[in-house]
Amino acid sequence: MTSGNLAFAEAMRQINPDVVAAYPITPSTEIPMKFAEFVADGRVDTEFIAVESEHSAITACVGASVSGARVMTASSANGVALMHEIFPIAAAFRAPIVFGLVNRSLGAPVNIHCDHSDSMPERDSGWIQIYCEDAQEVYDTVILSVRLAEHPDVRTPVFICQDGFITSHCYEPVEFLSDEAARGFAGTYERAYPLLDVDNPVSYGSFVMSEDYFEIKRNQIEGLNNVPRVYGETMRELAALTGREYGAVERYMTDDADYVVVVMSSATGVAKDVVDSLRREGVRAGCLRVRVFRPFPADEVREALEGKLGVAVLDRSASPGGVAPLAAEVKSALYDCETRVPVKDYIFGLGGRDFFPSDARRVFDDLSSGNFEPGVRYIGLRDKCAAAEECVI
Amino acid sequence: MSGLNIKEMTKREGPLCEGHRMCPGCGAPTAVRQAFMGIDDPIVVVGATGCMEVSSTVYPYSAWRVPFMHVAFENAGAAISGIESAHKALRGRGMFRENIKFVAFGGDGGTYDIGLQALSGALERGHDITYICYNNQGYMNTGAQRSGATPKSASATTSPAGLKLPGKLQRPKNLTEIAEAHDIPYVAQTTLHNPMDVITKVKRAVETKGPAFVNILVPCPLFWKIDPADQAQVCKLAVDSRFWPVYEVADGEYKLSYEPKKHVPVEDFLKSQGRYAHLFKRDAVRTDLIESAQRDVDAQWEKLKMRIQSSQR
Repeated sequence: MTSGNLAFAEAMRQINPDVVAAYPITPSTEIPMKFAEFVADGRVDTEFIAVESEHSAITACVGASVSGARVMTASSANGVALMHEIFPIAAAFRAPIVFGLVNRSLGAPVNIHCDHSDSMPERDSGWIQIYCEDAQEVYDTVILSVRLAEHPDVRTPVFICQDGFITSHCYEPVEFLSDEAARGFAGTYERAYPLLDVDNPVSYGSFVMSEDYFEIKRNQIEGLNNVPRVYGETMRELAALTGREYGAVERYMTDDADYVVVVMSSATGVAKDVVDSLRREGVRAGCLRVRVFRPFPADEVREALEGKLGVAVLDRSASPGGVAPLAAEVKSALYDCETRVPVKDYIFGLGGRDFFPSDARRVFDDLSSGNFEPGVRYIGLRDKCAAAEECVI
Repeated sequence: MSGLNIKEMTKREGPLCEGHRMCPGCGAPTAVRQAFMGIDDPIVVVGATGCMEVSSTVYPYSAWRVPFMHVAFENAGAAISGIESAHKALRGRGMFRENIKFVAFGGDGGTYDIGLQALSGALERGHDITYICYNNQGYMNTGAQRSGATPKSASATTSPAGLKLPGKLQRPKNLTEIAEAHDIPYVAQTTLHNPMDVITKVKRAVETKGPAFVNILVPCPLFWKIDPADQAQVCKLAVDSRFWPVYEVADGEYKLSYEPKKHVPVEDFLKSQGRYAHLFKRDAVRTDLIESAQRDVDAQWEKLKMRIQSSQR
């Protein structure tokens, strides 16, 4: 039995990265804490830099990665927000950093529990984003991501997201590869144009005017465009070792479903349970989990949802004054459907508000009642709240 | 250091090639050139955001003959930490040279102000690095704004001399002493008054095991409003007036590098630059502020002398 954080740390131990630079913040702190134990006990030979801020953590990671080192770190919430400036730089430097992002709400007010308001603002930073449902998936994804991020056609850093406390701190059975198998799969990192190659000096972070900036950014996007192919190849190779394969999306009884709930991360388990119950009652319910959020698997989402009678998109973060991130992506993916798919967007679970089976059931009831009035609905919001009554379920 | 031959050293290829875009008379490239003159090992350089970073890397060119990385403004200390750590992890594998040295450059904005935390972290963690502040006493890349290094009474664009206010009201912080307070093995302060002083100090900093910090006062002709040809003379006045004492602290022991035989009043240093012109207006000379500057210089000098005496006891 282990937790999402400890599963992440165990994968790090097996991979034995060259450099880890990290700074503590709840709920991701356990990852560098556990890893520091591995360093102290000589179980890894990583250079561990206990920096003085998250900003310096990600900066040191960028410097080390560009130098030619395999690099990992972890953070949450305000720590992620403090790193924000450096994320696009890491992506543009093609620094394949593997990052444990343990999702936690962004203050204010201060709250240490899960929502996706920390990772979603980074969705345009040029990083890959993968959201895990449980600790097993966290472990498997770390092993996978080292290869995915470092692939010569990708060379892009990756956020491995897991739900704070729900996944990061709950203990569950996790199956590990042997150290040899994990290390063998990860292989070694060979950087193109390493900064430490003093005989072939290169400059990173140049000043680029309008004549070239656009082309450079377009070329960078190609790395993300190559992710679906490389992800598929790498995932199949890993699945041959583990027996577990995860797609960019997970389709749970969606094929013949009339009504589908689209959700991410740990809340998927609740939605799947309710799908099972509804199926027993004769309702053709399904659940679509989006695992890879960047690059967004629009084709797979469209294929899964085309022709449905109703789709509910559940976001664990808001985009105040706009459409929440997952809903915006799903609706955009469905734009090309011949027949319009009715979609209703919901916001749930901010600041770690529990998501109960009864909540998921109310969402399915909502769909089958044909309520597709525009506007977002809030799940499990208490009274004494500014939201109008009809917006709350 | 007596083995250093300045004539021979000038024949060496500098880290910056010709054609970089820095202004005539700018002290920063002079400082970079002199800093590397005495160093034999290969060097990897980090530059904080600033004039030097922007002017030396205009794509598709780079003026750097050595590996160079710029990440952002406030994090040169962290960036060089990551590179040095990567080298520690990788050097045993035969991919890279063993004897690489790591040098970060930041202006005073990127070092005294926005980058102070990252610098402090790097010094405290004991990385084997040298951090050089090329200190022109303000934010020059954005157009001569005041920084934590700007001297009192200097007119900067965010502390302009106006009808009511006589330029910057506050004294600068003493970053050299802040660095020294980290108990690191080597700290030095210098300027462009004498190339050998920069050369020997940076050489010692780079060759010292562990973190080292060098604060180099460099004129910006646009901000200081001096003739670009007067770079060395103005620096000489900074030293001769005791406005900018040149000294080093090796393992806690303070040593004055140069003591003017007869020091000149700080007024001479102030008068040499247009950024203090408002103190010297005909019929409205700000004697009070000139005297205040002299008191500050005297107090700073006495403090330094005491530090020297007590560290040598």
